[in-house]
Amino acid sequence: MNPFSSGTRLRDMIRSIRACKTAAEERTVVRKECAAIRAAISENDQDYRHRNLAKLMFIHMLGYPTHFGQMECLKSIASPGFPEKRIGYLGLMLLLDERQEVLMLVTNSIKQDLNHTNQYIVGLALCALGNICSAEMARDLAPEVERLLQFRDPNIRKKAALCIIRIIKKVPDLAENFINPAASLLKEKHHGVLLTGVQLCTDLCKVSAEALEYFRKKCTEGLVKVLKDLANSPYAPEYDVSGITDPFLHIRLLKFLRVLGQGDVDASDCMNDILAQVATKTESNKNAGNAILYECVATIMSIEDNGGLRVLAINILGRFLSNRDNNIRYVALNMLMRAITVDSQAVQRHRATILECVKDSDASIRKRALELVYLLVNESNVKPLTKELVDYLEVSEPEFRGDLTAKICSIVEKFSAEKVWYIDQMLKVLSEAGKYVKDEVWHAVIVVITNASNLHGYAVRSLYRLVQTAGDQAILVRVAVWCIGEYGDMLVNGTGVLDIEEPITVTESDAVDVVETAVKQHSSDLTSRAMCLVTLLKLSSRFPSCSQRINDIIVQYKGSLVLELQQRALEFSSIVDKHQNIRSALVERMPVLDEATYSGRRAGSIPAVVSTSQGAPINLPNGVAKTTSAPLVDLLDLSSDDVPVPSSSGGGFLQDLLGVDLSPASSQSGTNQAQKSGTDVLLDLLSIGAPPAQSSSSIPDMLSTSQDNKRSANVLEQLSSPSVASGGVSTPLGSSSMMDLLNGFAPNPSKPENNGPTYPSIAAFESSSLKVTFNFSKQPGNPQTTLVEANFSNKTPNAYTDFIFQAAVPKFLQLHLDPASGNTLPAHGNGSISQNLRITNSQHGKKSLVMRIRIGYKMNSKDILEDGQINNFPRDL
Amino acid sequence: MGIRFILMVNKQGQTRLAQYYEYLTIEERRALEGEIVRKCLARTELQCSFVEHRNYKIVYRRYASLFFLVGVDNEENELAILEFIHLLVETMDRHFGNVCELDIMFHLEKAHFMLEEMVMNGCIVETSKSNILAPIQLMEKAS
Repeated sequence: MNPFSSGTRLRDMIRSIRACKTAAEERTVVRKECAAIRAAISENDQDYRHRNLAKLMFIHMLGYPTHFGQMECLKSIASPGFPEKRIGYLGLMLLLDERQEVLMLVTNSIKQDLNHTNQYIVGLALCALGNICSAEMARDLAPEVERLLQFRDPNIRKKAALCIIRIIKKVPDLAENFINPAASLLKEKHHGVLLTGVQLCTDLCKVSAEALEYFRKKCTEGLVKVLKDLANSPYAPEYDVSGITDPFLHIRLLKFLRVLGQGDVDASDCMNDILAQVATKTESNKNAGNAILYECVATIMSIEDNGGLRVLAINILGRFLSNRDNNIRYVALNMLMRAITVDSQAVQRHRATILECVKDSDASIRKRALELVYLLVNESNVKPLTKELVDYLEVSEPEFRGDLTAKICSIVEKFSAEKVWYIDQMLKVLSEAGKYVKDEVWHAVIVVITNASNLHGYAVRSLYRLVQTAGDQAILVRVAVWCIGEYGDMLVNGTGVLDIEEPITVTESDAVDVVETAVKQHSSDLTSRAMCLVTLLKLSSRFPSCSQRINDIIVQYKGSLVLELQQRALEFSSIVDKHQNIRSALVERMPVLDEATYSGRRAGSIPAVVSTSQGAPINLPNGVAKTTSAPLVDLLDLSSDDVPVPSSSGGGFLQDLLGVDLSPASSQSGTNQAQKSGTDVLLDLLSIGAPPAQSSSSIPDMLSTSQDNKRSANVLEQLSSPSVASGGVSTPLGSSSMMDLLNGFAPNPSKPENNGPTYPSIAAFESSSLKVTFNFSKQPGNPQTTLVEANFSNKTPNAYTDFIFQAAVPKFLQLHLDPASGNTLPAHGNGSISQNLRITNSQHGKKSLVMRIRIGYKMNSKDILEDGQINNFPRDL
Repeated sequence: MGIRFILMVNKQGQTRLAQYYEYLTIEERRALEGEIVRKCLARTELQCSFVEHRNYKIVYRRYASLFFLVGVDNEENELAILEFIHLLVETMDRHFGNVCELDIMFHLEKAHFMLEEMVMNGCIVETSKSNILAPIQLMEKAS
């Protein structure tokens, strides 16, 4: 009986499995068969062993476990007949793998078979060994295999060669033994042996550097000759594939030449001629030819530089790119990525074609082309390239958009020359594909906008326009809402209109409309709504006429189930209602976010404590330290989004910002100032540097002892000093802490109420143009702190504008400056500016106060600065 | 190295021949086959024959009702693998005479023998059809 007729049984089994309609049926059939096979195995059935093995293999292919059949394989291998051996070895390779211990049992059988007289059996054994031998088996059987390398039959030789590849992979130490025999293989005529011989040498070079050297020196010319003969050989029917003789051998040889030529100039020189010949002579209308050309180009790119060859290679790639066959284009794009590192000029020439590939219908080509475009971008071509990419973004498919957006954003960020262009592109991207944009990216957009002070108006107007059309993009809405909040007045007044803009009139209520829509939208998430509430607060200060309407909107969120929104709504609405006088100070313009620090922090990534709010921090001072009870803590953040947790990094940053040393800066807080005064405002609001030695007011005692809070507590005192806060109002629970802070300043009256010992006023500073007087008072029970009211008056006939008073004190003193009453000083002392200061003397009683002052103002459009030192403070202040 | 696996899958996704050159458990194989086959079957005629999957590439081609998939390392020459697939089909064609899916199914072991002669341990061994088929024909004559 012919064992390879597969018997009716295997066929029947296959038929019955095919006839199964459901998976459950199939499982039943398979289980029955497995049971039958197991029974046959335990009976040690000889006749049907091969058939059972064939069935087992089929079942294994379907994915069912078949380990009970492994011993059968071994028995089959051990049997003398060729067919059984054959199927046994096949089973061995399919059903087992190198990790099974059963494999060790086969070693002896294989050894015997390697020495068999029948060369086919030898071949079988070599095959099995080459596919699944383990390290121990390799060591045992290596000498046998080496002997077989010299066998008379080429088929055996070729199989032995491949077997050796596996052996040296498993046991690299044995590699040296095989260098010489491998080199002799290269002189073979038989293609099969040559093929495997070349492969063996390539792998030897990878494993052992010594082999690489040997082959480089001895074999390079020989190889070149072989390749030449092959390329020039006449038609050989055996190996011909569409007109080319044995393209596989071509490719293997080219690969080996690549390994040899890489890093070595001499070897590369040898190869130049043949590479040129192959590159030019090979026909490229068939796939086989293209395959050879592809390998040739890869080799040219990897070996040492030869200008002419490289140009040739890139031309070939260019031809590939315009080929209609997708496969060829894909392969060309792949290779071009490697070529860029070598010669980017040449690749730039093909930029247009590559851009077309980005829009191709094939996903693989699109991906490759996009990566290539990303590598091609440089300063000169960034604008047209970005325009193309952004245009494509609108029509691209959703899976691709994520990648495309990320790439566009990084290109724009890296190469943006002008801020206008950057803002334009980023806004377009946000409106098209906002949801794929990462958080850091849109934070960066905000940072850039704040830095470009001349573009504030332009930015906010563009955002306003965009949000009308693309209002469903959450990220765009967030950025827009933030900007409207900050620069709403510019939006309405039309300040800073650039030439390229179209005129647009926006009323205050339009602006509020936009924010109202955003906050009410179902699709807005928590962050967006929180940002909208903050913006509404800012707008209520900038557009006082809409204040009532804004309050109505905010009030709706007082009962929100989300704690964040409820808290904000309660606090903001109380500010709008009852504290109009501090409102404008609270929501002044943000200080410009320092880009360098910001990108440094991005790299350092300080984790945010309060994850909810990441937007719009405003200059609201920190109410309470504990993050759970007040979301205001995150609002103190002076740079974009991370919370100034009492951690070293956060605190350190604030320290830097404020300057630990008492640098001379307490300026007037005004509006629309440049960055310097921005930081000065901060210095103003927060105490300078070192933790306050004391603060006897009850408010800081209520708060935690964190550094930030002490400062901010003082800030609150300061801010509320101009207002007379009414005390003891019963308030809703959420904002009680805030209200207490605002109301609880009764013990710290700011106006000199003269509750303590009085001190004479002094003329602190007098020049021909200006006079400064200080009036002193102290609070009862707080001898270290002095409240000073400074009055400035103008002695000249010219009025002064932009009047700024700055003061510096030595380290043992602490200085707080309140906002001045104005910054214009009329002439001839017809009016005066007054400003309150508070000085705390930590060396009270031991040292008296001294102060250096600097006054800056504009007279007749000229900037004037005056300096002075005040030494005549009363002694016991 | 080189070739990691060779699969022949029909249009319904059933595996007709599977030869792996690296070790994977049965569950891994099933999962892998499922994923890859779904990807390849979903592609249209116009798209290119190379798919990137995890850290290797898959080169595939459809012949009548059967998909031939070859998984290769990233450094391999894809066009050469396409040639190899064609060579495989031609070899089987020469042996079976107008080979079709059923031939492979019912003579699975012969298909395996042929493949073994052509690829060993992930490398292409023999590319001449007569050399490949010689041992198999001898075997048939002997039995």
